[in-house]
Amino acid sequence: MTLAAADPAAAAAEAGEPRRRGGGYRRYALGKVLGALGSLVFMLVVNFFLFRVLPGDPARTLGRGRLSTPEQIAEFNKTYGLDQPVLQQFLTFLDNTVHGDLGYSILYHRDVSEVLVERMWPTLLLVGTSTVLAALIGVWLGIRAGWDRASRFDRFTTGGSLTLYSMPEWWLGLLLIAAFAVGIGPLPGLFPTGGLHSVDADPSSLSGVLDTAWHLTLPVITLTLAYLADYALIMRGSLIDELRSDYLTTARAKGLRDALVRDRHAVPNALLPTTTVVALNFGFVVAGAITIETIFSIPGLGLLTTDALQVPDYWLLQGVFMLSSAAVITANLAANLLYGLLDPRVRT
Amino acid sequence: MSTTSGTVTLTSRQLARRRRRAARARAWRRFRQNRAGMAGLVVLTVVVLVALLAPVLAPADGLEVTHATGGVLDAPSGEYWLGTDANGRSVLTLLIWGARISLFVGLMATVISMLIGTLVGLTSGYFGGWPGAVLFRLTEWFLVIPFLPLAIVLASVLGRSLVNIVIVIGVTSWPGTALLIRSQVLSIKERPYIERSRALGAGHRHLIGRHLLPNVVPIVFANTTLTVAVAILSETTLSFLGLGDPTRVSWGSMLDDAYGVGAITTGSWWYFVPPGVCVVVVVLSFTLVGQALEEVLNPKLRQR
Repeated sequence: MTLAAADPAAAAAEAGEPRRRGGGYRRYALGKVLGALGSLVFMLVVNFFLFRVLPGDPARTLGRGRLSTPEQIAEFNKTYGLDQPVLQQFLTFLDNTVHGDLGYSILYHRDVSEVLVERMWPTLLLVGTSTVLAALIGVWLGIRAGWDRASRFDRFTTGGSLTLYSMPEWWLGLLLIAAFAVGIGPLPGLFPTGGLHSVDADPSSLSGVLDTAWHLTLPVITLTLAYLADYALIMRGSLIDELRSDYLTTARAKGLRDALVRDRHAVPNALLPTTTVVALNFGFVVAGAITIETIFSIPGLGLLTTDALQVPDYWLLQGVFMLSSAAVITANLAANLLYGLLDPRVRT
Repeated sequence: MSTTSGTVTLTSRQLARRRRRAARARAWRRFRQNRAGMAGLVVLTVVVLVALLAPVLAPADGLEVTHATGGVLDAPSGEYWLGTDANGRSVLTLLIWGARISLFVGLMATVISMLIGTLVGLTSGYFGGWPGAVLFRLTEWFLVIPFLPLAIVLASVLGRSLVNIVIVIGVTSWPGTALLIRSQVLSIKERPYIERSRALGAGHRHLIGRHLLPNVVPIVFANTTLTVAVAILSETTLSFLGLGDPTRVSWGSMLDDAYGVGAITTGSWWYFVPPGVCVVVVVLSFTLVGQALEEVLNPKLRQR
């Protein structure tokens, strides 16, 4: 069914037929894909106007303080095509973006796209590990808390989650640095205060990998705690929503043990919203990493953002913004497609 | 004829007022039973009082670097209960004055966010058709733009000032509210009493002002407290990244400063722990109050 959905010819041939399950999903998926494309275009428009039209004079904002004489400004305007009509500029911008040309970074004196690709890996490693850990632990906590609602475990988990949720995640990171990297009182610093690996370590050797893991421990713990709260609360909420369902009564009436009722019947249904949220959050990779990478000096996209902000390097900022928006839109689409696959009721 | 209809509207209005007052009293009784919500409310009252009384509690010239009397990053003592910062100012004074900015930004940004959210949600839900669809799409688009990068870009383009940070947080945090209100309006719109009212000749203004808004307001109210929590968090993060107003002290800018002067590596916990604790306590309180309000106003959640 899903394979057929990938075939546009088959989709077209079946479009006239009465709705069946596959056709329903195909239409649903098509709608979502179109929506995502719309979001992409919207994002590009926002980008274009944010950096060119809104600040007033691009020669001033994009070339902050570096252009003084009228000749220089005219030259700048000509180089970037700013003497052309806005629509023409927008088309050029679209054309460049589609071809991967995101401009030139004045901070690194390189193409923005090159810098972005290079800085992507530490971020993916950091945020990917944290998201997986947070999802596993958070879902487990949520299930236990929701199933024994109002138990001591539940109160503790919910209270802890709400507190973590109310905490700026970078502040938590600062506390962890102070406690475990700098050390308090007799406790020596156990972990490095920052960086991705030691200066002398070879990242490809075994010791290098261990060294990187040692460096990433604190940041991963910080991000995991920050994400975990969200997942635990959502999982708990959706499990509680299922608690009063008739099918659980049926399952119990059949004589199933409590743990089986939970694991075979309640949890699979309650997992649905959590799955979507996890998929969605993968898109916030860059956004989530900005502050954490800054305080732990991890050379990823987040640190790149704060570095670009200091200059300010507008081309680079725009590149990061575009990349992060595109990531969110893609993750959003994936979450929607996944949800439609798992829950046929939303395909309307 | 006109006098009779006049008295009829008057009594129905009185009735409505009485009914609303009774509903409010009922809601307050239920809210009081929620221990977490009450605790949050008490904490918030105290914090707001402290913020309002800041000039009395801690003279404003304690904020001036030039009038600072303490040493560099002194540990807490009898004179400086929470120690001093790198400029010799009392951390407690900064904390008290920081509460004003953090609360002000949180509340003002929420007002903007609520106005946009309610307007967009109401319009797209009530009018439907293509303007509704366009507004709905716009809301969804704004929802998927990652908040922090957009806020950073906006703040760096607009420049650093108190008003700008309020605007940045306000215009980036409304889509959730808009979707919530839209779904609520969509469900209220289909109820029989709206149809009856329309059949009696009610116009858009009457329907929106008399039937939709009063029904939506409680939800907006509960959502508002949750939005304030997020807005305060956002202010803290943006200030930490150096995008706040450089001339004013907020909890976020204190943390930025503490990080900048190396309070973390020197172990000057009194400079970077208290502002963070304040943020957590205030945000948590707003969240608890918001959740309690939601529970009171949404019967479906009550059994939880």
